[in-house]
Amino acid sequence: MSAARPGAGRAETQALLLAERVLGLVRARAASAEAEVNVRTGTLALTRFANGVIHQNVAEELREVGVRVALDGRVASARLDGPAGDDKLRALVEGVFEAAAVSPVDDDWPGLASPTPSPDVDHWDDATADASPDERAALVASFVSAAEGLVTAGAVSTAAVHAAFASTAGQAVTGRGTSADIDGIARTGTSDGVARHSSVRVASLDAAAAGRRAARKARDGADPGDLEPGRYEVVLEPSCVADIVDFVLVHGFGGRAVHEGRSFVRPGEAQLDPSVTLRQDVADPRLGGLAFDAEGTPRRAVDLVRDGVTGAILHDRRTARLAGAESTGNAALGPNPYGGVPASLILEPGATSPASMVTSIERGLLVTDFWYTRVLDPKTLVITGLTRNGVWLVEDGRIVRPVRNLRFTQGYAQALGPGNVKAVGDDPTLFSHGPDDQLLVPSLHLASWAFTGGAKG
Amino acid sequence: MYDVATAAVEAALSAGARYADARVMESRSEVMGARDGHVEQVDRGERAGVGVRALIGSSWGFFAIPDPSPAAGRQAGQRAAAIARASTRVAGPPVELVDVPSVTGSWASPCEVDPWSVPLDEKASLLEGVTRTMREHGADTALATSNVWETRKWLVTSEGTRVDQHVRECGAGMNATAVGDGETQRRSNPGIRGQFGTRGWELVRSLDLAGNAARIGEEARALLTAPQCPSLDATDLILGSEQMALQIHESVGHAVELDRILGWEAAFAGTSWLDLAQLGSLRFGSDLMRITADATLPGALGSFGFDDEGTPAAAIEIVRDGTWVGVLAGRDSAAVAGLPYAGAVRADGFNRLPMVRMTNVGLVPGDSSLEAMIAATDDGIHMDTNRSWSIDDRRLNFQFGCEIGWEIKGGKRTRMLRNPTYTGISPRFWGSLDMLGGPDEWTFWGTPNCGKGQPIQTGHTGHPSVPARFRGIRVGVRG
Repeated sequence: MSAARPGAGRAETQALLLAERVLGLVRARAASAEAEVNVRTGTLALTRFANGVIHQNVAEELREVGVRVALDGRVASARLDGPAGDDKLRALVEGVFEAAAVSPVDDDWPGLASPTPSPDVDHWDDATADASPDERAALVASFVSAAEGLVTAGAVSTAAVHAAFASTAGQAVTGRGTSADIDGIARTGTSDGVARHSSVRVASLDAAAAGRRAARKARDGADPGDLEPGRYEVVLEPSCVADIVDFVLVHGFGGRAVHEGRSFVRPGEAQLDPSVTLRQDVADPRLGGLAFDAEGTPRRAVDLVRDGVTGAILHDRRTARLAGAESTGNAALGPNPYGGVPASLILEPGATSPASMVTSIERGLLVTDFWYTRVLDPKTLVITGLTRNGVWLVEDGRIVRPVRNLRFTQGYAQALGPGNVKAVGDDPTLFSHGPDDQLLVPSLHLASWAFTGGAKG
Repeated sequence: MYDVATAAVEAALSAGARYADARVMESRSEVMGARDGHVEQVDRGERAGVGVRALIGSSWGFFAIPDPSPAAGRQAGQRAAAIARASTRVAGPPVELVDVPSVTGSWASPCEVDPWSVPLDEKASLLEGVTRTMREHGADTALATSNVWETRKWLVTSEGTRVDQHVRECGAGMNATAVGDGETQRRSNPGIRGQFGTRGWELVRSLDLAGNAARIGEEARALLTAPQCPSLDATDLILGSEQMALQIHESVGHAVELDRILGWEAAFAGTSWLDLAQLGSLRFGSDLMRITADATLPGALGSFGFDDEGTPAAAIEIVRDGTWVGVLAGRDSAAVAGLPYAGAVRADGFNRLPMVRMTNVGLVPGDSSLEAMIAATDDGIHMDTNRSWSIDDRRLNFQFGCEIGWEIKGGKRTRMLRNPTYTGISPRFWGSLDMLGGPDEWTFWGTPNCGKGQPIQTGHTGHPSVPARFRGIRVGVRG
């Protein structure tokens, strides 16, 4: 029944064989059990630097096996991150049946995904998968030297993951993905400037350009002054927008939040500005991602927001069943209270450059990063957080001076609401948390943002 | 497993390391979750492997393999040394590790009732029962969870240290959410995620979740119609011990991590407003403020016998009578800072680099009580149970929200308040501390979700805490 992806290499095939070994043990233990198995193998490596030197440099081999079984409606799951010999796999299977046996009947068990082909995607790069510590160190060296003497800190990471899924329902799929990231700051003593770059391919990372950008932003932000809190028009760089979209996705478009009435989303209504289009599409070449989720469901291309009108909700099979809908392929590995986690999401860019956003502002702020954002109320999606890595006051279309970090308390859904989005940037930027958690967003120009405190309280 | 760790260290030294250490770890975990009267999730995990640190010159390398065998250990040692050699391309000044005598020994956390011996149906019955009760008393959604962790680890260093530890941790908690037209309200018990410790299942049995479930459901419902916490520039604020644990964790614990102070976390977790030049003289808070980092407290979540560099557990003074006097350090960071002690370095698994983590960072109790604080307050607000937390990258400017508040008028707790928040600047806030609960109210709160590092690690930290009163605090911040 093996059905590795066409073109799958040895690692993917072996991952699938391992998944099927576990399924075989499940069948031997209880022929009537439903079961799904996820296998992840690969390498993760990350080189950190601070004060201009590499101070932490790590790598690991990844080998994880997860199994979920349902027997007579009783469900349990177990994971193994270690040797995958027959004795360990038998113990894994025995343990999950033991847990299922004493679990109560799960009335909301949605059953297994039926065999369905996945989208034909392969966000992979051999050079990234094989990247050496010397290559990562060379990228760090380029960033540090490009910062022209400023103190630097950050990280360069590369990851390569092979994934396989197999179930007793006959679904058997494989995939793979790579990611490479550089994320660093340059520091003047009174300011930090940041630059980031993510890609499927390590060769795409321009560490020197990132170092130069971080240094320029740090110098431009040096010796910031205070600014009175209040409502300001803002240009938010993509990192801030990624933060907004992350919260909107989990608390707004998560199937569990919608089912329990904790979400602001009312599908079909024009709840957001007409310039906002937010969609999931793992096949989009601008970002990465695996073609299937932890339940083996193909990741569906869906519009969460189209021209400001809210639409699809992100479901795993459990929340889809509760909603009378189909899974969108957003099940997470392991325990997950959210029900439908985002992957391969795109906030569609517009046609306005960040520079022209700034020139159109009479009085407002240009913000680089948000930091430590936390939910005050999930339904209204009121969030508090701070700015970081550079804020500038804009007057009469010109950046006039850097300002100290500010605290804000702002409704994120309201921020994207009708009339509040003045322009969407032409600078789509990839944010990656590994090969299977990727987000592409541009800058945004918003009419109003509530800053509620200054650096001094 | 010492043979695996020894093979790893020897391989790293043979490959050119001047120092190496290796941790072999076997761990297992269990989480059970119930929602609205039904168990929704039973998940068990098992992990095993070896992680090796190698030092060449002043440069580190780390490699981990999910296989606790001598062959994998040797491979991991060689790879760690190769990574350390790559690090020398962008090397810092020479550094020696702060001297720690090599030790051999074993340690195990106290455990009366092995959490793994408790039948799953007993756990399920508890969680299902309390979620049903919360639903019957006003909750639209009721959740309860229990967690069990067990870790065995063996550490070998090239300096001769050989220590093994067996740590059993567990805990449980519940929360009720009530959904209104415009917002949601939540009540949790005993704390935002529950309560956790390096103890056996006796900890969970002591929590009396069943006895609190009805109240939690009713309070969540009542909060929907309670008046908003007023917006005031300055009022007297009394915090319960659970919120104080969060206050300590965020505004003191992270601020005194030496790696942050040295800039090692500058690009990610952030730095600290504290300047080492002021260690021993900086005024952090009022005279009542006495903070220790004590890894020896029996049953607290941040306790251990040895940290992951082999330094024996100890109690370190962090703030003495309001003055900042200590930090959380590792052997390399202490050496860079010129400090003589380490002992606060841990990794969350075999595959993660040990780094500076909080142990049990908490308050030494005072001589007051929550009751006395309320009686002594003419006009103020009492808040408890953390709901949100946000603090800047220097650990200076914070805004924290609680699940529930009460108005205090004329020394009495009056009406309930919803959406209570407060904000402040750390030394100014701690400087306003004027009443502190006594030993009877001293609680070792456990935080099982402290995120730090790249790749991210989830640390388990403890926070001995008591109720406290602060004067002139800004509350009720809204956008």
